[in-house]
Amino acid sequence: MKKFSLLSTRAGAVFLAPAAALVGVFVIIPFFWVIFVSFTNRTLLGRTALDPDFVGLQNYVALFNPATFFTRGQFGFSLVLTIQFVLLSALVGQALLGLVLAWLSQSVSPSVKAFLQTTVIAAWILPEVVIGFAWFAFLDYDNGTLNMIMRSLGLPPGDWLLQQPFWVIVFFNTWRGAAFSMMLFNSAFQSIPPSYFQAADVAGATSWQKLRDIALPLIRGHVVTDLILITMWTFNVFTPFLLTNGGPSYRTEILSIYTYRIAFKDFEFGKGAAVGVVIMLINLVFALAYLRIARKKTAEAE
Amino acid sequence: MQIARAVYVRRLGFSAVAALLGAIFALPLVWFAFAPFNARAELGLAIPKPFTLANFATVFQNSFAMQALFNSLVQAFGGVVFVGTAATLAAYALSRSSVPGKGAVTYILLLFSSVVSGSAAMVPIFLIISAAGLIDTHLAVILVFAGGLLPTAMFILRDFIDAIPRSYEESAMVAGASPLQAFFDVALPVIRPGIVVVVVWAFVNIWGSFLIPFILLRSDSLMPASVAIYSFYSEAGTPIVTLLAAYSLLYSLPVIVLYLFVNWKFGFRFFGGIKS
Repeated sequence: MKKFSLLSTRAGAVFLAPAAALVGVFVIIPFFWVIFVSFTNRTLLGRTALDPDFVGLQNYVALFNPATFFTRGQFGFSLVLTIQFVLLSALVGQALLGLVLAWLSQSVSPSVKAFLQTTVIAAWILPEVVIGFAWFAFLDYDNGTLNMIMRSLGLPPGDWLLQQPFWVIVFFNTWRGAAFSMMLFNSAFQSIPPSYFQAADVAGATSWQKLRDIALPLIRGHVVTDLILITMWTFNVFTPFLLTNGGPSYRTEILSIYTYRIAFKDFEFGKGAAVGVVIMLINLVFALAYLRIARKKTAEAE
Repeated sequence: MQIARAVYVRRLGFSAVAALLGAIFALPLVWFAFAPFNARAELGLAIPKPFTLANFATVFQNSFAMQALFNSLVQAFGGVVFVGTAATLAAYALSRSSVPGKGAVTYILLLFSSVVSGSAAMVPIFLIISAAGLIDTHLAVILVFAGGLLPTAMFILRDFIDAIPRSYEESAMVAGASPLQAFFDVALPVIRPGIVVVVVWAFVNIWGSFLIPFILLRSDSLMPASVAIYSFYSEAGTPIVTLLAAYSLLYSLPVIVLYLFVNWKFGFRFFGGIKS
């Protein structure tokens, strides 16, 4: 039997039109436009702003120039930095910490759980500029909370933003984003029938054994989903800019900040667009992986 | 007996670790809880003596600061109207109409929206807005946010509408309602909780964002709070901490209130991926 459709094709098209126009102009067209601009020497000012020349692969050749590739402030340096940033702050930091936080939440009293989740979620929901400023105060050399604690423990204080800028943005991003992994693993754990854990309790299993042998195998799908999503988000995140401006001397210039500098400080739109294309290609790999898994899950559910 | 005690000790240990982790997470924010109420706030942690609201009075008298909050409101509100309306109509059509290739549309949307991120798209977005002559307008910020947030909003709402039985509208139409009446009078009230979630999600996203207004706006008079907050420096170039702290709290309030509202009303769950 053919399903009776509530909305005719024409009405459906009308309903879709506003969204299609907005998404078309601000999502689909930018995708193709950035590819086009990356083959030109377009700038913000000067003759090439209005009348850019087609320069072929010149921007890409400049980005991948082996002579300067790994030099500080160049594309390769930024790419390597971004990969380290994603590995440490997303895969190790957010995912692992999120897992630990969710697992702890399962077996502590409701009040401790509420306290833990409130602070973790607060780090995640507050506006990024507020968080940026709070961390700026937190890390201040003379009066910052962190150095206050270091001094009271008899440890040497540090000028963290100058001495360890990369580790600052790694810890910052871990702190900022752990809530998502925690909440995802929370709901994953809650989908496991409690009888599994009760049986393990009767057999005298430790918490670690329950996590390793029961919980983790059952939430494998959630783990993969989480890893893909946080990798994609961390790869594109711009927030560390608010803390370090990409500096000192390019040491925290992850790709999003590099793109901003090339395009909007050096006004080289062509080159900035070429970086954008590389970022989109990397995003594409992760997005396809994610959609494949999401589709498989829906297929299983149906 | 022995086992019960071991379990008890273990639970106590778990609680201690959890409380410690919670405290570590709170540390960078503790300063922010005290400084707004301290008339002599500096970057150091200090319990205000006496507690005062003087910093807030300074903020309210600062017309630039108040204008920026108002600008945030205009941009977030505008974006939310576009996202809410367009996403509701589109999600309903994707769920209920016979438009061919609906599955493919959803798939392609999700793909594009995750590939075209803020950092990859800043150049073309700037060029599009510049070509449209909209640089340095509220409308530019509103439209760019609407376009960027729509795919996820449509996806969340489509899931929501798919879960609602079609029989509601079918029976209304059997009773003589037109498809439009079925949508406005029957479906819309049922979908409303989903729309509320999408609207809150979009509002929080726009309200907190820095990069897009930072790129698209030039005039001080149009800057939202997220960008304006960076101009609260004295002539010597040092931040005016008292003003910044109180302003940060005011600026965070809507987000906190909306979070509490969603948490109370629906329970804070996942709606697709509530934050990107």
